[in-house]
Amino acid sequence: MAKLILQRLAFLLLVIWSASTIIFFVPRMSSRNAIRERFAELARTGGFAPADLEAIISSMEQQFGLDRPLIEQYWVYLGNILRMDFGYSLSRYPATVTDLIVQALPWTIGLLIVTTILAFLIGNFLGAIAAWPRAPRWARGMATPFVLLTGVPPVIMGVLLLFFVGFRLKLLPLGGAYSIGTVPSLTWEFALDMLRHQVLPAMALVLGSVGGWVLSMRGMGITIQGEDYVTFAEHKGLTPGRIFRDYYLRNTLLPQMTAFALALGTIVTSAIVVEAIFSLPGIGTALNNAIRANDFPVIYGIVLFITIAVATIMVAMEFVYPLLDPRIKPQT
Amino acid sequence: MTMTAPHPVAALEAAAPVQPSRLSMLARYLRRNVSLSVGLFMLLMLVAFTVIGYIVIDPRHAYPMAAIPRQPPSAQYLLGTDFFGRDLHAALVVGMWQTAAIGLLAGGIGTIIGIVLGFTSAYFGGWTDTGIRSVCQILTPIPVLLIQIVIAGSLDKRYVTVMTMAWIIVLLAWMWPTLVIRAQVLTMKERQFVAVAKLSGVSDFGIIFKEILPNLLPFIAAAFVGQVFAAVFASFYLAVLGLGPLREPLLGNIIWSAQSQGAFFNGWWWWPIAPTVAMILILGSLALINMGLDELANPRVRKTE
Amino acid sequence: MTTTWSSQPVLRVQGLEVTYYTDLGRAKALDDVTFSLGAGEKMGMVGESGSGKSTLALAMMRMIKPPGRIEGGTVHIGDTELMGLTEEGMRKARLSKIAYIPQGAMNSLNPVTRIGAQLVDAVKSHVSGDSNSAIKDRCLAALRSVDLDERVFNLYAHELSGGMKQRVCIAIGILLQPQVIIADEPTSALDVVTQRQVMETIDRVKDEINAAVILIGHDMGLMAQFVDKVAVMYAGRLVEVATVRDMFTNPRHPYAQALIESLPNLDNKGVFQGIPGLAPSLLRLPSGCAFHPRCTHAQDICKQVRPEVNHISDGRLVTCHLFDKEAVHVQSA
Repeated sequence: MAKLILQRLAFLLLVIWSASTIIFFVPRMSSRNAIRERFAELARTGGFAPADLEAIISSMEQQFGLDRPLIEQYWVYLGNILRMDFGYSLSRYPATVTDLIVQALPWTIGLLIVTTILAFLIGNFLGAIAAWPRAPRWARGMATPFVLLTGVPPVIMGVLLLFFVGFRLKLLPLGGAYSIGTVPSLTWEFALDMLRHQVLPAMALVLGSVGGWVLSMRGMGITIQGEDYVTFAEHKGLTPGRIFRDYYLRNTLLPQMTAFALALGTIVTSAIVVEAIFSLPGIGTALNNAIRANDFPVIYGIVLFITIAVATIMVAMEFVYPLLDPRIKPQT
Repeated sequence: MTMTAPHPVAALEAAAPVQPSRLSMLARYLRRNVSLSVGLFMLLMLVAFTVIGYIVIDPRHAYPMAAIPRQPPSAQYLLGTDFFGRDLHAALVVGMWQTAAIGLLAGGIGTIIGIVLGFTSAYFGGWTDTGIRSVCQILTPIPVLLIQIVIAGSLDKRYVTVMTMAWIIVLLAWMWPTLVIRAQVLTMKERQFVAVAKLSGVSDFGIIFKEILPNLLPFIAAAFVGQVFAAVFASFYLAVLGLGPLREPLLGNIIWSAQSQGAFFNGWWWWPIAPTVAMILILGSLALINMGLDELANPRVRKTE
Repeated sequence: MTTTWSSQPVLRVQGLEVTYYTDLGRAKALDDVTFSLGAGEKMGMVGESGSGKSTLALAMMRMIKPPGRIEGGTVHIGDTELMGLTEEGMRKARLSKIAYIPQGAMNSLNPVTRIGAQLVDAVKSHVSGDSNSAIKDRCLAALRSVDLDERVFNLYAHELSGGMKQRVCIAIGILLQPQVIIADEPTSALDVVTQRQVMETIDRVKDEINAAVILIGHDMGLMAQFVDKVAVMYAGRLVEVATVRDMFTNPRHPYAQALIESLPNLDNKGVFQGIPGLAPSLLRLPSGCAFHPRCTHAQDICKQVRPEVNHISDGRLVTCHLFDKEAVHVQSA
């Protein structure tokens, strides 16, 4: 077991190292100079005299260590990442990237956990029923609207919901974390107001991803039903309910959890883009703002942070599989 | 001693009755495979929309200051105009064409790379296989879109074109088809007809091109459609985040600019809705085709009616 | 050899018909299948692949799935007629009256639950009111009676060998002491030694619960050793039913003759003789007798008229025009 943990940990480090390396070298291959662009913009908008520009830039470059040899910068960068230090934000200096992430993270995590679990449970349940020939027709049909929605990713769903629910029916707010003019406080009114702002993005994420689970579960279910043990269970004269639960659903659990781990990257990305569309104050909006402001350290820091988080969860999930299927022994 | 009675070809499969013509077989199949036919029909309509659109409409109207800004849909501007004075109908025609170009280009190149790597990996095995598989495994946990954000974000926005978008997407879009094709080739390799071909001295390339490849066509087609879907999706997400070629009327760009200008707050609902509906139709048709091809490639997933 | 033709049979199958509705047309997989079997009797069911052996087993269990359909016929087990039962009634009849031991025992056990749970749930689905310990005892007894260690109760399927899995399936089959057991090629994936052991196990548990056994397979050698009667199927029809001795020494139907002749024996060692021609497609059966294109005795009538089941001496059934004159008139049941 210890050997297995070490091995997976090594794999995780390899993934993190690859992602960091890509994120380090890609921008340096481009002709863009983040600091120059940032300060040139400031100079244009009249922050200081253009004459000082070069001096400021070179002093900044020195501060960020950009004047040192590339390989040296690379080592410093890797060391910083190990300490979860992603540097300073350019647009909101002296805030660090980590500060920004820590501020935004609770919003994103809250939204993600609720919507992901809901979508996974609803989607898999409907998909399982849709593939179950003994289920009544109306129950199998329940999956159909969601299957039709597979072509509608969460972001698109978000725009549609904004239009129908927010704009047309005026039932829910059009964006933001809370109503403009309210002051964050620990009151019921404020909590309710905040919750109202979360409903549409959450609905967008759930409705936009249920269909995918329905489809994958339906496919999985049809495969499992072709298995000899399900047929034999029928020969045994088991009650349909028991076959459904113990022979059918139970055997789809592992493949669906694996699919979940694989989809994690997409799930997180969707949440981020949806946040940006609804201007919720989560990671997505932070990233969106950084892109608009050309705040490169923030862009790279957020990307790296999410990559590390996703990869860690994926590797951690591998340790759950043996609990779901006795055939999987933690192999070393 | 086991004495086995002779059992020739299974009776059901032996000698099919008089074959109906290919066309009517295809029609019959399409009638049963509803998702494939509906998807193809939708795609055909979309193609017609762009092709006819290019004939009817001046593509220049898809760019800023070509029309009166902020007009709701009317007889003159079927889908209205946006804040910058783009005719949204023209913008959709051009945007859909560009979306298709990115999808086909990125999807096609990704699939081809996938086929080559997948075949090499599975057929020759050994170190090549280990190498290709490891790279795919390491890259899999990294959310592709985020890396694409880094790449797109690092480019000078003035030089980002539709082609650049396609290339950014290709860079990270080959792992999935590689793994899919690899898995399929591995199972094919175990099939008897490949062993027979090998024993009768057919060369490696002969086996790959004459024996395995034709049998994989449904999978390749499914992988291709899947890649096109993924590419359209990725380019859309990048554009929604403002990382697309900002000048172009890509569907994601239109939504991005609409959200930036607070279109819903200001009551210009048609602005984001037009590209949204277009996107639903595009992704919907691709998803349906993909489902249909899945059924074709993987008969076990056939419906149990 | 004990033949119990005359006594009231425990299993009576009458005119069973199954059709598959495929894209390419209708395939009659089972055509007017009629036979009966007494308690404690063992019948072997042989025929080429696609001749309808497995379809017959599935039809008797009422487990034919679309696009297949049971078009007619009756199956009596004792006084119960299976085809007339409700879905729920049929579910209860499975395993308790008629048990099926599957062909692919390799994958017939649920991989993610323990063997014990799979025996217990079979009992619980049919018997109510028993205490958990009583049910467990019953399952352990079933495992013991197929020569398995009680330890198996707590194992998973992947921890068992192929032979052990097959025994578990047999143990499940006898849990409720059914009157009829159908074993569909129960030994096809096993090595010769294990095959024998499994067959002996079936033999023994059959005696314990005095069930009628139908053994499906194309291993004629195994059949010769273990069954009382042999039924030969061809293109969905039962073409000959006879005692095992009669079948091997004096087969009457030309197809059965060809089948027996094709078996290697010590006299014609090395000479391997097949049956000329291919099994017909069920979608386009030849007119008249389905076997006539391959039959060396074919006459004109065989091409035009579908032969009826002829009851000839010793309770033998032969579906062939050659025996139309020998047919004994029997009252239909």
